[in-house]
Amino acid sequence: MNGISNYLSQNSSIVVDALLQHIVLAVLPLLIGVLVSLPIGYLAVRFGWLYHPILNLSGIVYSIPSLAVFVALPYVLGTRILSPVNIVVALAIYTIALMARTVADGLRSVDPALTDAATGMGYQRVRRLVEVELPLAAPVILAGVRVAAVSNISLVSVGALLGVGGLGALFTRGLQLDYTAPILVGVVLSVALAAVADLLIVLFQRAVTPWSRAGQGV
Amino acid sequence: MDDTPYLLDGANWDWSRTGSIPQLLVDHLGYTAITVLVGFLIAFPIGLLIGHTGKGSFIAINAGNAGRALPTLGLLSLLVTLMSIGFLPILIALVVLVIPPILTSTYAGLRQVDPDAVDAARGMGMSGLQVLFRVELPIALPVIFGGLRAAVLQVVATATVAAYVAGSGLGRLLVDGLALSDYGRMLAGAVVVALLAIVLDLLLAGVQRLVVSPGITGRGQSRGRGARFVAESGAENPEELVTAGTTKGTS
Amino acid sequence: MNRRNLLGLAMVGSLTAGLVACGSDEDPLATGDSPTGDSTETTAIIVGSANFPESELLAEMYCQVLETAGVEVTRQFNIGAREIYLKALDDGSIDLLPEYNGSLLAYLADGGAPEGVVSPEDVYDALQDVLPEGIETLEQAAAEDKDTLTVSRATATQYNLATLDDLAAVSGDLVAGGGPEFQERYQGLVGLQEVYGIEFKEWRSLDPGGPLTVAALADGTIQVANLFSTDSAIVTNDFVPLEDTKSLFLAENIVPVIRSSKNDQTVTDALNSVSAVLTTDNLTEYLAKVQVDKQSSAAVATEFLTANGLA
Repeated sequence: MNGISNYLSQNSSIVVDALLQHIVLAVLPLLIGVLVSLPIGYLAVRFGWLYHPILNLSGIVYSIPSLAVFVALPYVLGTRILSPVNIVVALAIYTIALMARTVADGLRSVDPALTDAATGMGYQRVRRLVEVELPLAAPVILAGVRVAAVSNISLVSVGALLGVGGLGALFTRGLQLDYTAPILVGVVLSVALAAVADLLIVLFQRAVTPWSRAGQGV
Repeated sequence: MDDTPYLLDGANWDWSRTGSIPQLLVDHLGYTAITVLVGFLIAFPIGLLIGHTGKGSFIAINAGNAGRALPTLGLLSLLVTLMSIGFLPILIALVVLVIPPILTSTYAGLRQVDPDAVDAARGMGMSGLQVLFRVELPIALPVIFGGLRAAVLQVVATATVAAYVAGSGLGRLLVDGLALSDYGRMLAGAVVVALLAIVLDLLLAGVQRLVVSPGITGRGQSRGRGARFVAESGAENPEELVTAGTTKGTS
Repeated sequence: MNRRNLLGLAMVGSLTAGLVACGSDEDPLATGDSPTGDSTETTAIIVGSANFPESELLAEMYCQVLETAGVEVTRQFNIGAREIYLKALDDGSIDLLPEYNGSLLAYLADGGAPEGVVSPEDVYDALQDVLPEGIETLEQAAAEDKDTLTVSRATATQYNLATLDDLAAVSGDLVAGGGPEFQERYQGLVGLQEVYGIEFKEWRSLDPGGPLTVAALADGTIQVANLFSTDSAIVTNDFVPLEDTKSLFLAENIVPVIRSSKNDQTVTDALNSVSAVLTTDNLTEYLAKVQVDKQSSAAVATEFLTANGLA
C-alpha cells in the first residue's frame, strides 16, 4: 500500500495521461466499429448467403495477434509508426469482427410477426429497420457492444510495446523497473474502466429498451 | 541477407533448431493445452454445481464480466514481477483468462435444459447426481462445448503474451520481430497463430460432432426462456451468454 | 421510441464529447498537435526515449532543460529498441532523443564501425559520416553506458573468466540472454562471433538489460547476460562484467540526436549544458534512484538538474 501511494503521489500526471489516452484509444474504435458493423450485420441478414462468409472472415480476423496489426497498418495506411491512428484503426477492425455477427444475430432474433406488423402499418424498409428491428435487436447487439468495449480496453495496453498504450505504459514501466506499484495501479484502473464502460452500456440499454423490464413485475 | 520471407524460409521450419517455427508452435500448443486443462478442471465442476443447483448464479454470470475485464498483459506483468520468469506466471495469467468462458458456458448450458426432462428423470427415480450426469449434462453439452471451443481459441490468441515475459510460443516471432524490425518474422507469427486458431476450431467442431448426442437438437429456445435471460444477463440466450464470456484477451 | 433512441444517443454523444474535451488539454491522442503526429505541423519538440529506464531518465533531463529555456516539449517515451525509434525519428514521429555514439555508429555503418575507431572523439567523428539526411548530433557527454557481457560471480570462478577472450573457449556450453535485438547486432552476437569467436549454446530473448535478464542471470537460467554498465544490479548482485580486450564495444558517450529542422541555438545551448555535466559516475548514481529507489524519472531528472545548477 505504501509503495502504491508513493508511486501515485510522484507520478499522478503520468497515470492520468495514461488513463485519458487509454479511454480515447478504446472508445473511439468502439464507436466507429459499432457504426460500421451495423450495415455489415444488416447485409448479412438481408442477403443470407453472406452470413457464413462474414462469420468465418470475422473469426479469422479476430485471431490475428494485435501487435502484428499495429505494426502492419503504417504500411497499409501510410501513417507514421507511432501514430495512435494505427491503434484506433486496428481496434475498430476487431470491433467490427466481433460485432458484425452480433448485429446479424440480433436482427435475426427479431420476431418476424413484429416486422410484418410494422410493414402492415406502412413502415418502409429503412424506417422499419431503424425504428422497429434495431430497437428490438438492441439487447443482443448491446451485449456484443459490452464484450467489444472490454476487449478494446484490454487490447489498448498492447500498444505499450510501441509506446502508445495508455495504461499499458504502466505495465511496461513496472516490468522494466521490477516495480509492482505501477502495474497494480494500471490493472485496477483498467478493470475499473471496464466496469464503468459496462455499466454505462447497460444504462444505455435500459434507456433505449424500456419494454424489456415490463415482464419482470406483473 | 536472402530475400525469402521468414514464413517460407526452410531454415525456420527446422525441427531441431531452437526458436524455429515448429518448436515455437509446439510450445504454444503446450501452453494452450495445459491452460485449458487446468482451467477446465477448475471451472467445470463449479459450473456444474451452480448450474445444477441454480444457486450462486451471480458468480457464474459475473465471473464472465470480471474475468474479461482483467488485462492479461497487466496480470502477467504483475505475476512476473512478483514471482520472476518461468512457466507458472504464464499459466496463472492464462488460466484466469480461460475460467470465465468455461464457467459461464457450463452454467448457461445447464440452465437451458428443459425442466420437463429433469422432472421426468426425477420421476424415474434418478438421484440428483444421476440426473446431472445422465440427463442435464448431455443436453447441455452443445453449449458447454461451444464455450470450450471459444475458450481454446481465446487462449491460442492470447498465449502470444508469454513472449513478452521471456516465454516461448508463437508470440516470440512477434516480439523478436518487433525488436529486430523484422516484419517478415512478425507476419509469420501472425499467420501461424491465425492458421492455428482456424485448424483447432475445425478440429474441435469435428470432436463436438462426435461427442454430442445426435438426439440433441441444441439451442432451440422459446421466447419465454429468452426473456428470463435478458433479465439476468442482458443477453438473449445461452449463445450470447457464452459469447459474452469470451474476448480476445490481450493479444 | 424515437425519444428513447435520441436520449440514448445523446447520452453517448455527450459522454464522448466530455471525455474528449477533458483529454484535449493534455492531448493524449496526438504526438504533437495533429492527429497523425506529424512533427512538421507543430513547433513543439517531440522527445522520445528507448524502452529502458536510463534512456527515459536522460530524455526527461532533456525535456526539463528545454522547458526551462522556454522551449515547448512533448514527451513520447518508451518507444522500443533502436530499430523502432530510429524509424520514428526518421518519419518525424519524434524529433529528439538521447543516443549512444558507438551503438549508433555500429548500427548505421555498413558492416559495423570502421576498424580502429574506438575512442570517444573518433567515434563521434565517424558518426557524422553515417547520419541520415536531416539528422544531426549535438555535443556528447563524458558519460558512457556500454553494453557488457556479464556473468555471475560463481560462473566467473568456475570457468576462470575475466575477459571476453576467456569466454570464447567455454561459450559453447553456456546460455546467454538479453534484449532480442542483441542477436542480430554487430555490437551483439554477430560481432562477438566475428571478433572473439564466441558462439553460445543457446540464446534467450529477454529484456534489454532489464529485470528479466538480471533475474535470469541471478537464478541461473542464463549464464551470460547482456547488461548495461551503469546498471546498479551488477554491483548489488556481485556480477562480473567481462573485459572487452578487443574493443568490440566502442565508446558509448551519450549524445543528443535531433532533427535539424527542429534545432536552433536555444535548443543546442540547453542540451549542450546537460551534456557538459553528465558523467558516468553521476549518471550511475542518479539512475540507481530510478531503478532501485523507484523514484519517478521526472523527479530524479529535476534533482539532477538542480544539483548541477541547470534547473
